Amino acid sequence: MNPLDTISGTIIAGVVLAFILTYVIKLIAGV
Amino acid sequence: MENFILPLDRWVHFLSGITWIGLLYYFNFVQVPALAAANADKGGPGPAAISKYVAPRALLWFRWAAVVTWLSGAIYLQKFYSLHGAFTLGMGQHNPALTTIGMGAWLGTIMLFNVWVLIWPNQKKVLGMVAATDEEKARARRVAFLASRTNTMLSIPMLLFMGAAGHGLLF
Repeated sequence: MNPLDTISGTIIAGVVLAFILTYVIKLIAGV
Repeated sequence: MENFILPLDRWVHFLSGITWIGLLYYFNFVQVPALAAANADKGGPGPAAISKYVAPRALLWFRWAAVVTWLSGAIYLQKFYSLHGAFTLGMGQHNPALTTIGMGAWLGTIMLFNVWVLIWPNQKKVLGMVAATDEEKARARRVAFLASRTNTMLSIPMLLFMGAAGHGLLF
């Protein structure tokens, strides 16, 4: 099932993505 | 004059950004579930009024607010940061704010693409503004829905990074 089919799945996917991208940003910025 | 333009541009960016993302959340959290409920309610008034009177107006403000948000954001990046530096994520510049706002800018740019290339052309088919067969409408509805849901998902980290450039990251 696609998590984007539900509102809760969409929000959870967005929060998880935010954490992952924060790690990526910190790696790139070296902070 | 320069000291006046930058805060004005930032203000426009916030106003148009709230209009854009507010309407995005309206579509995802209100209109889509409301249309599903209206379709399921066999004795009710049905979804026709939403599709005819509400959706076209919401889409008008939605897609043009997206353009104003992106343009005012690009001007702000160029004047206050560096447009090139932001879109190259500040690599080699050791500037965490540039890297952070750059990630926000990339997410916002992907979202603008989704609005104009995936959501709006497919919504025109769904709403009958351009001719389409029932099969084409069903496919257009699915593509527009998934693009809209993708933007809702992307808006969560996008807003984090837009705010984090000036106020710090999540951790």
